[in-house]
Order: sequence, then structure tokens, then C-alpha cells
Amino acid sequence: MMWKWLHPYANPKTSYHFAGKILPWCTRLAVIFLTIGVTWALLFAPADYQQGDTFRIFYLHVPAAMLSMGIYLGMAIAALSSLVWQLKLADASAAAMAPIGAAFTFIALVTGAAWGKPMWGTWWIWDARLTSELILLFLYLGVIALHNAFEDKSLAGKAAGILALVGVINLPIIKYSVEWWNTLHQGATVSKLGQPSMSADMFWPFLVCFIGFACFVTALICLRFRTEVLNRNSMRPWVRELVANEGKTHAV
Amino acid sequence: MTQLSYRAAFALIVKRDLMIAFRHRDDIVNPLLFFIIVVTLFPLGVGPESTTLSRIAPGIIWVAALLATLLSLDRLFKSDYADGSLEQMLLSPHPVFILVLAKIVAHWLLTGLPLILIAPLLAVLLHLHESSYGALMLTLLLGTPVLSLLGAIGVALTVGIKKGGVLLSLLVLPLYIPVLIFATSAIDTAAMNLPYSGQLAIIAAIFFASLTLAPFAVSAALKVSTN
Repeated sequence: MMWKWLHPYANPKTSYHFAGKILPWCTRLAVIFLTIGVTWALLFAPADYQQGDTFRIFYLHVPAAMLSMGIYLGMAIAALSSLVWQLKLADASAAAMAPIGAAFTFIALVTGAAWGKPMWGTWWIWDARLTSELILLFLYLGVIALHNAFEDKSLAGKAAGILALVGVINLPIIKYSVEWWNTLHQGATVSKLGQPSMSADMFWPFLVCFIGFACFVTALICLRFRTEVLNRNSMRPWVRELVANEGKTHAV
Repeated sequence: MTQLSYRAAFALIVKRDLMIAFRHRDDIVNPLLFFIIVVTLFPLGVGPESTTLSRIAPGIIWVAALLATLLSLDRLFKSDYADGSLEQMLLSPHPVFILVLAKIVAHWLLTGLPLILIAPLLAVLLHLHESSYGALMLTLLLGTPVLSLLGAIGVALTVGIKKGGVLLSLLVLPLYIPVLIFATSAIDTAAMNLPYSGQLAIIAAIFFASLTLAPFAVSAALKVSTN
């Protein structure tokens, strides 16, 4: 049943247009949610009783950190489905996700450092969660480097996919590092389902921010995915037709 | 033509790799020399105070072991890939898992084992704490096979690429970090005369997980690389 519903999207042309259709919606949602969320979080949400206004970087740091892991998981699932079911487009989507994930990992590390300086008095500390997040960045960079090293893109996708799957082991380590090792990084505040250990007037702006960032990431992935599909199919008639049409509209 | 049993095929490949290595002894000796030279650089760079040295000795020995293993990884598949025998192995009726595992075991015997044998000597040079020697040997014994197993994944992925050397280190070193963290932590704990069985258990868990899973990843990667 599921295959029947999914199989049209194995065709690059169909998924190219599908990604094109959801792209503007994600962009709009991202703009709306981020505008509301960021204004709410930075101006109207109450300051933390201990950390004061410094804590507001939380609204950027935590979504970025959560998405850095979420994107890796998405990339690994895409890599697995490309290796197991030989879905060529899964390769393209994994390749589209890697640089975005790396960027968000970097954002999480930088905002974390900016938050750590006033709170812990140091930019960086070799704490379990920071170290494992840094390893995640290295894994992303490794996947990207391996992807670039191959001339043949379908081979590149497979090789990078294997590496991405090997690196999945790091995700639970990052997730539970604050519980396994009691170090400086504070414990989970939002991910406890049902009863987050933060007050509601801080939680709701966070949720809005998070949804905004998630939509933003989806839009970026759609954009890069479309580029990847065009790159890989540049010799196909439908792409040439597309380019020819594009040329006409621009000429007029 | 008679069919080889799995065990015979395994033994045959280990024997073949060992024989090739013994005919080119440089391949065994060079990573070992590198290991020794890197370790001797540290007292010269950091200064010869024995307290400082004994404090950083576990880290130095382990980092040097990582780098020496990394240098020796090239040998694992490169020449077999170049002369085509790797493809013949993949075409053979035996499961690739067994052939890959045999090659990794041979690699460990040629690099991991000599490192372990020479490590106590270097530990003396670095004034390693007396109660840490057991921990050093145990972590190396459990940890160096992990280095060979995880490294094999990286080599298998990059064997078809012309300039794979730097890329290989980029792929493999992040995967080595957990082993490094727990090994050095075990040795440090041992220096304080505290039980280090926890760290050892985690390294053992990493060892068994990579022993059972890494050969699958290596076979998949080799199929991609030989295409």
C-alpha cells in the first residue's frame, strides 16, 4: 500500500515538482513562525530567574542543536533507504541535507560558546555534550568531503551513505550525554514529553521558534534537493525542456 | 575444484597477508618507528619534567597509536585493489564478511600487536605511573583491534579514490575519538589506584560491536569502491 502511494516519487521529475510545490509553503511558514517566535522570545518572554536575559540565546541554541541531530537522523534514514532499496533520490536528499546539518551543528556550537562565556565563564569546555556535538560536526564534514571526492555522483552517494550510517552511533551519545556524565552542560529542559521542566510562558515561544526553524530547514532541504536532482539529471529531456522554458521566460 | 571451508578461507587469507607483509618488512617496521618517534617528540616539546610527562603519558601513547594505525591503514586494501586480487576475493563464493575479517585480523597482527609490545617501553620513557601499566596494556589490547576495524571502513570507502590519504584521516579520526576518551580515562583512573573496570567494559563493548558490525560496513564499502 505504502509503495503504491510512494512510487510516483521515485521519478525524479515528480519529486522535483513536489519539492517545488512545498518550498514556498515552508518558506512562508518559516517567515511567519520565526517572526512571531523570535519577537516573542527576545522581547516578551520572561527572563530567567537565575540567568537573566542571557538565557534568551536558548531560543536559538536549542532548536539549532535539536535540528543538527534531527537532520543527521534524516540523512541516515535516507542513506539507509538508498542502500537497501536502491532509491536514487534518497541519495540526492542525503546529499542535500549534509551541508545544512553541518551549518546547524556549527550554529549550535557557536551559540553554545556565546552562552557558555557569561554562564560558565569560558567559551569552551571539554564536556561530554560539547565534545560529542563537535564529533557530529566532524562526521558531517567527513560525509561532505567523501561526497565531493567521487566523480560519479551515484557512487559518492553510496559511499557517503555508509559513512553516515556508521556515524549514527554518535546520536544517542549526544542525546544522553548529559544524563550519563554529570558535567557542566545543563540537563534536558524541553524534550521531556508532556511535562517540560520550564514554565509555559517560556515553553510556548520556544515551540514557535522551533517550528519556525524546522520549516526553514525543510525549505532549505527542498531547495538543495531540487538542485541536486537537476544536477544529476542534467542530460534528461525533461530537464532540458525546463531549461529551455526558463530561457524563454527570461528572454521576454 | 573443491570448496574451501569458511575457516580454511579465513586462515588462508590471514596467512597470505602475513606472508606478503614479511616479504616487505618495511611495512611493519615503518609505522612502529613512526610511533616511537612521535612519542619521543613530546618530552622534547613539552619539557622533560617527570611530573608533567607522567600526567600526559596516556594521551601521548594513545594519540601516537591512533596516528601510527592511521598510517598503516593504506596497506589494508590498496595493493590488492591495484592488482585486482580484491575483486577476485569479492567474486569468490565465500561470504565477504569472512574475507574482510581475515584481512583486518592480519592487519591487527602486523600493526596493533607490535604497538602493544613496544608500548610499555615507551611508557617507561614517559614516566607513566606505576599502577597504570596494567590499564595501558588492557586498553591497548582491547582498543587497537577497534582501530583496525573502524579504520578498515575508512580505507574501504576511499580505496578507489586517487588522493585518498588525507580524506581517510578525516573520515577515520572522528570515529576513533570514543576509544581514545575511554582508554585514556581508564589509564588516568588506574594512576589514582581506583577501579577502572567501567571504562574497560565500555571499550570492550565498542570492540565487540565493531567486531560484529564493521565487517558488514567494510563489505558494503568495498562493493561501492570496486563497483
